[in-house]
Amino acid sequence: MNKQALQDKAALIRQHIIREVYHAGSGHPGGSLSATDIMTVLYFHEMNIDGNDPSNPNRDRFVLSKGHASPVLYACLAEAGFFPKEDLVTFRKLGSCLQGHPSMLKLCGVEMSTGSLGQGFSASVGMALAGRLDGRDSRIYVMLGDGELQEGITWEASMAAAHYGLDNLCAIVDHNGLQIDGKNDDVMRVMPIAEKFRAFGWNVIELDGHDLDAIAAGFRKAGKHKGAPTVLVAETHKGKGVSFMEDQAGWHGKAPDREQAEQAMAELGGIL
Amino acid sequence: MADKIATRQSYGRALVELGALRQDIVVLDADLSGSTMTKEFAKVYPERFFNAGIAEANMYGMAAGLAVSGKTVFASTFAIFAAGRAFEIIRNSIGYTGANVKICATHAGLTVGEDGASHQAIEDLALMRTIPGMTVLNPADDVSARKLLQAAAEWNGPVYVRLGRAAVPVIYAEETDIQIGKAVTLRDGKDCTIIATGLLVSRAMEAAELLAEEGIDVRVLDMHTLKPMDEGAVIRAARETGSIVTAEEHTVIGGLGAAVAQICCEKAPAKVSFVGIQDTFGESGKPDELLEKYGLTAAAIAEAVRTVK
Repeated sequence: MNKQALQDKAALIRQHIIREVYHAGSGHPGGSLSATDIMTVLYFHEMNIDGNDPSNPNRDRFVLSKGHASPVLYACLAEAGFFPKEDLVTFRKLGSCLQGHPSMLKLCGVEMSTGSLGQGFSASVGMALAGRLDGRDSRIYVMLGDGELQEGITWEASMAAAHYGLDNLCAIVDHNGLQIDGKNDDVMRVMPIAEKFRAFGWNVIELDGHDLDAIAAGFRKAGKHKGAPTVLVAETHKGKGVSFMEDQAGWHGKAPDREQAEQAMAELGGIL
Repeated sequence: MADKIATRQSYGRALVELGALRQDIVVLDADLSGSTMTKEFAKVYPERFFNAGIAEANMYGMAAGLAVSGKTVFASTFAIFAAGRAFEIIRNSIGYTGANVKICATHAGLTVGEDGASHQAIEDLALMRTIPGMTVLNPADDVSARKLLQAAAEWNGPVYVRLGRAAVPVIYAEETDIQIGKAVTLRDGKDCTIIATGLLVSRAMEAAELLAEEGIDVRVLDMHTLKPMDEGAVIRAARETGSIVTAEEHTVIGGLGAAVAQICCEKAPAKVSFVGIQDTFGESGKPDELLEKYGLTAAAIAEAVRTVK
């Protein structure tokens, strides 16, 4: 997909996010919007996946370790043909396949159930080990939040990934600097992120998480790096694309009302 | 005198046998492979063994990732760190996903001995029972441990297997048929039923001998599967013998006794008495000294039968 097409796709994904969260009356728009450009590049440029052949053993696999950003994952899966887009409005409703946090047993295309922070990262290390055991050249991608780095298990997982030299694993840290209670720096400092991963033995690439070219280049470089896992530390803005949500911790886990949702959709070039 | 073998030794042997038959079997440990006996597998199949280091949470997370990628994973550490420390990872990444992970937890119960209360998991069965879809096994001896581990490997989905550090008497003949979810009647009787699990099964048999000398005729069941529990065997015991004594090397809160009592309350009212660890932590000591002090003996089981029957 070319850059213009990716930009259009990202805009569409953002519109889906607002619709999902608005219709659910709850959910996590801030961290979904910050991760949108990275997820768009992954699902529509980088990853070898096929919505019509979801269990192909040679597919690439994506794990949303920051599982609360489920709206962006569901939007990508729907756009990639894993399920009908009309189902997006059932997000968080009783009986829906679109659980508040992703469930692999409920929704095709979800590679790992997540929501309890850090665990998806751990599972992705196991998936990368399995891929290597089976001699597959497919890759494992895992998205983490920056606040998620406060969980001890993330460092257990990063130690293991480096120890086993899992170069088929690529982590992305969605570094928007905010978490529910406020700034990372005020709640529990996670900086310096890149240096921490370097010290743990990872190949680290720092980039602008809203620059589609830079993201695509980052994944390309990660794919070529041998002997160690790669992490993309992506500078992002929480709520990116919706003016009143940008860089506001308050939009971590809150749904817009009708007026706000309409304004957000207008800014994103869509209608509610 | 019967041979005595620790069920962790049975585990080491079973893993090597399974590894030869099944290429999909992968084993993880958290720096305790010499104690859990996964080192036996690691020696023969080093490419399918991964040490997670002292990081149990990540080990069970990795186990989930390997399992959802098609592997049958045996992941071991001491019971306190498996069921205890890693509980929520096991619940969300293994239970909620139905991942094909066998959580083989050794050094369970008071009989860890000298290491003391910090290492004595006396609540692991209760914790694991609460996870939907989790199968919970607690073998009593070497033969049943190896048979249940083999069955666990064939069972699709998460299984918790409780294994011990201390050597325990071999009570089964090699050819005995042992199946997940089916209690074994070790001795039939009409006056009362002792339903025992794990290490206390052999002591329940001793208690039955003591009681027989007094003319009390007890049935003894080995409830090696705590979940899904053999409800039929419990109901028959309640109806046919009128009273039940449960015996477990585990807190009386939420384990075998609680599960049996729940079945009796709902389906076959009977008097039930509970031999187990009361609401207390253990301490350092020799395994037999601890079992004596905390009331997990043949004499204690026999006394419970006399009281409840």
